[in-house]
Amino acid sequence: MEGILLHILGAIATFLLAFVVGMTYGGIRRKVIARVQNRYGPPIYQNFIDAFKLFSKTTAVHHGAMHLLGPAFLIVSAVMALMVVPVLRDNLWFTNLNFHGDLIFLIYIMVFGPLGMALGAGQTGNPNSAIGVTRGLSQMVGFEIPWVMALVAIMIKYNTTSIVDLMKIQTEVGQWLIFQNPFAFIAAILASLGMFRYAPFNIVGAPTELASGPASENGGKFLFTMMSAGSVFAFVKLTLFVDIFLGGASNLIILVIKTFLLYMIPVLYGAVNPRYRTEQAITYFWGWPLLFGFLAIIYSVYF
Amino acid sequence: MDYGIYQDKLTRIVSDIARSHSLWVLAYGTGCGAIEVPATMTSRYDAERLGVRGAATPRQADVLMITGYLTVKTLKRVIRVYEQMQDPKYVIGFGSCAINGGMYWDSYNTIKQLDLYLPVDVYISGCMPRPEAVLEGFAKLQEQIKAGEAIGATKYKENLDYYRGNQKKIIKNWDFPDYNW
Repeated sequence: MEGILLHILGAIATFLLAFVVGMTYGGIRRKVIARVQNRYGPPIYQNFIDAFKLFSKTTAVHHGAMHLLGPAFLIVSAVMALMVVPVLRDNLWFTNLNFHGDLIFLIYIMVFGPLGMALGAGQTGNPNSAIGVTRGLSQMVGFEIPWVMALVAIMIKYNTTSIVDLMKIQTEVGQWLIFQNPFAFIAAILASLGMFRYAPFNIVGAPTELASGPASENGGKFLFTMMSAGSVFAFVKLTLFVDIFLGGASNLIILVIKTFLLYMIPVLYGAVNPRYRTEQAITYFWGWPLLFGFLAIIYSVYF
Repeated sequence: MDYGIYQDKLTRIVSDIARSHSLWVLAYGTGCGAIEVPATMTSRYDAERLGVRGAATPRQADVLMITGYLTVKTLKRVIRVYEQMQDPKYVIGFGSCAINGGMYWDSYNTIKQLDLYLPVDVYISGCMPRPEAVLEGFAKLQEQIKAGEAIGATKYKENLDYYRGNQKKIIKNWDFPDYNW
């Protein structure tokens, strides 16, 4: 009984942590981009104000059941992904629902949300949404391949599909996976540029070009849900990277330092880049990231 | 004791503060005033530090900014855009053309006075208003929201017949529903 209670409390604590950290990182991202553009920028808690305002707006739009479910799919998939990613190493509070094979489950669940959102965006009937969805699915075809190849390389090397086992292996060997298989890390981090959808890969929600794409008919509470899902999902991705490649974290401060440094890679890459066209984005992912994916698998098999 | 009133009041105060510091602007840039908006948003004047940022679509926007003159043809689109926005929403009339027609005072093809057709919360005068004036206008709107005085949308709903009458005088081929938000 106590075990179950601890699990439930742990799940709530994990969600709150992911929400707060993800939102703050979003605010820091806006600040960093502003400083790069020689602006003062909004305060780093600006995202919380925006979220509260969006939540307090009324909703008088109704395009059908699937439209209402679209943002719900996003947040459900983000929370499900959060539940299988161990936040800290050997911690009672953040054990959640890890199981053997959660790495494979994650590959599936990470595309579940965008697919649900695609269905929801389809029902709004907005042409910008439809264009955004086709672009998003094309881009997904691009970055999923190097991402899965990087994960497969690790699975082959260590003969496990469990994130907890991977963290244990890194502790036992005393060396992070980023040094044991650097090619896998490079392929994964390049794929993560597409996963975060920041510039130059913000072709899905291009605000000046597609009027924010799939989100164009969603205001108020819908947008709040999408914003929270995005923040939680950013935390999930960063924590997953820390768990797999950087040996996990033993306390929250180390976790925040590691995830923040990782987060700065897509943010700074985006701050100095314009937007790609769809075919340029796909060509990008099928170029160097794919090569590094192949190298990672060859390195895992032969070394 | 009934705590409901205090709770409502507290919710209203907190959400008004949040609203005033997070204004997502839909700049309806048909007139020449649109050229001042990028200057307000970019490095030198940086409206984002006040929480003002651009919104991509009417559904996501809080503030409708009518930059410059409004022709008879575009009035119809502006009304649709305004009614697609979600409450609470505010309108900023930008430049002298929105106030009294400005240099188009005798034009047959523009509307002269914006607040006959839409409830305007803040006017920014000038031809053109410089970015400082635009920021001043946003600051004024923030003050109004915090004081709970920016009630343009409520006024619009209460006096819908008045506004509709004025709008239909200008738009001859009225072909959308009478109430579409």
